[in-house]
Amino acid sequence: MIKRNILIEGDKTYKDISDDICQPLESFPGIKWFQLFGLAITVLLFYVCVLGYIAWTGMGTMGVNHPIGWGTDIVTFVFWIGIGHAGTLISAILFLFRQKWRTGIARAAEAMTVFAVMTAGIFPLMHTGRPWLAYWLLPYPNQRGPLWVNFRSPLLWDVFAVSTYATVSAVFWYVGMIPDLATVRDRAKTNLRRVIYGMFSMGWRGTNRNWSHYEMVYLILAGLSTPLVLSVHTIVSFDFAVATLPGWHTTIFPPYFVAGAIFSGFAMVVTLMVLVREGFPQIKSYITLDHFEVMNKIIMTTGLMVGYAYASEFFIAWYSGVHYEQFAFLNRATGPLAWSYWIMVSCNVLSPQIFWIKKFRRSIPVMFVVSIFVNIGMWFERFVITVTSLHRDFLPVNWSDFTFKFADWGVLIGSFGMFFTLFLLFLRVIPMVSMSEVKPCYEVGRKGGHHG
Amino acid sequence: MAKRVSGVAGFWPDEYKLLDAAKKTYAAGYRQFDSLSPFPIHGMDDATGIKRSPIPWVTFFAGLTGASFGVWFTWWTSAVNYRLNVAGKPLGLLEALPGYIPIVFELTILFAALASVGAMFILNGLPKVDPPIIDPDITSHKFCLFIPETEDGYSAEKAENHLKSLGATEIKRVAEF
Repeated sequence: MIKRNILIEGDKTYKDISDDICQPLESFPGIKWFQLFGLAITVLLFYVCVLGYIAWTGMGTMGVNHPIGWGTDIVTFVFWIGIGHAGTLISAILFLFRQKWRTGIARAAEAMTVFAVMTAGIFPLMHTGRPWLAYWLLPYPNQRGPLWVNFRSPLLWDVFAVSTYATVSAVFWYVGMIPDLATVRDRAKTNLRRVIYGMFSMGWRGTNRNWSHYEMVYLILAGLSTPLVLSVHTIVSFDFAVATLPGWHTTIFPPYFVAGAIFSGFAMVVTLMVLVREGFPQIKSYITLDHFEVMNKIIMTTGLMVGYAYASEFFIAWYSGVHYEQFAFLNRATGPLAWSYWIMVSCNVLSPQIFWIKKFRRSIPVMFVVSIFVNIGMWFERFVITVTSLHRDFLPVNWSDFTFKFADWGVLIGSFGMFFTLFLLFLRVIPMVSMSEVKPCYEVGRKGGHHG
Repeated sequence: MAKRVSGVAGFWPDEYKLLDAAKKTYAAGYRQFDSLSPFPIHGMDDATGIKRSPIPWVTFFAGLTGASFGVWFTWWTSAVNYRLNVAGKPLGLLEALPGYIPIVFELTILFAALASVGAMFILNGLPKVDPPIIDPDITSHKFCLFIPETEDGYSAEKAENHLKSLGATEIKRVAEF
């Protein structure tokens, strides 16, 4: 039988595990946390200002024009939604596959999902140009007929997919958190803490009758989230694929988008976890090099998948014999925006290939750099798909070029401020590793374990 | 939820001993007892003799409701209540359905997920305000078996002796739980 690697390093009792994981919640943050938080919240405030400027002045402040009707807002929306997918993959799909290594990173990865979806959700609303009318996207009885939304539009499918995804992910995350919040409540030294965590833990006591229903609902939520997460990026890809536009109108889009989403999401998980391990050294026992190695393998695999998709798009363009399709792809690789195409290819396809070598798969500095490259590459992938397909329309009279304006940079950088503000707060108020899931895995890979 | 009861609680240092103790307690004829642990323990449902959770039924019927609602709602709003011709696409229930599938799918998942979580809260009696806590370490590292006064032929001494014979490292009389 193949030996299992241990999941939790170090000689620990269950109490040690609780102590390690609750430490960030029960101690005053250090200067480094405050510096990072100060930076993040400054960028967030800047973001709010940029959003206010766009909403007040109008969409002309951004790079969109005719015929490039979809710009940074849509690109960044798809980018953040994609980031979220790795969290659900780890928490739901790996749960169904009984991958025990997921327990160490599931909580933080799910937090990343919820925050990434929250960050993403702002972009389509801004992109409408009239965010104060965002409620028009929802079907509700109104005095205009009632005029309902068009249920056959991919954009409306997206409203339903993203809002369902946000709701179910948040619920899944919260349900998984209840037993851990009860642990924090029972450890509380002050009354205020006990009341607050008592409220959020809903009076959880850990009786087996409760665990029995709890485990069942957790399994069901994992089972429901799995098709859900696949459907979300599929539907996001429909936003493009359903339009009859060369470069967008391809059947490969749904699997290609899902693979890209998992790719970028895992890169973000690696980026965040490397930083978390730096900030909280005791977490190194729970998020080990073995975890990173597995994630890097997934990054490499999905990187190859998106590389295959890039190649396949070119082949199909040539094989279809459609002049416009061929032009769209040649223009991507050699046209005025070719720089973005080659950033995408080198970051997404070439840079993860370094993970073929085990030494680099297990090297923190190498994986940190590669994960940043992948994040950059995946933003440019969405840029290439969105903008290069639009900027050369069917007739040269409808050609234009995309220029990044202040508001484009502003929302892109600003959105990271929102994401990191939420994530830094998460690290301080919620146990970042799921204690109730990690503890039963302590015996895995150890001699004398009762499970063998 | 049931009103608060008193009883006797025994503690063990790890989950395997608790599982063993639960099996023996069930064999000794106890039926109302429950185990309390920081994490779910494999085999504890069988050991304490509780049935499989009925939540999957809730999921199934809620999912069915979500799907039916989705099919009806998309058709009714687009073809009946305010008939909207979009690019001449068909509006009949069956011809138009493929275009509504993403909506139907998302509503199925949404209804099923929220109803399942709701069912879990109801079945578990959550949220519970100010729950009585036998020992604050139960949610961290202690494993507990609780025998309530509602057991047939309960006496505190008998329950204490029983838990002691199973090797409990600590025994507590609990006034209310």
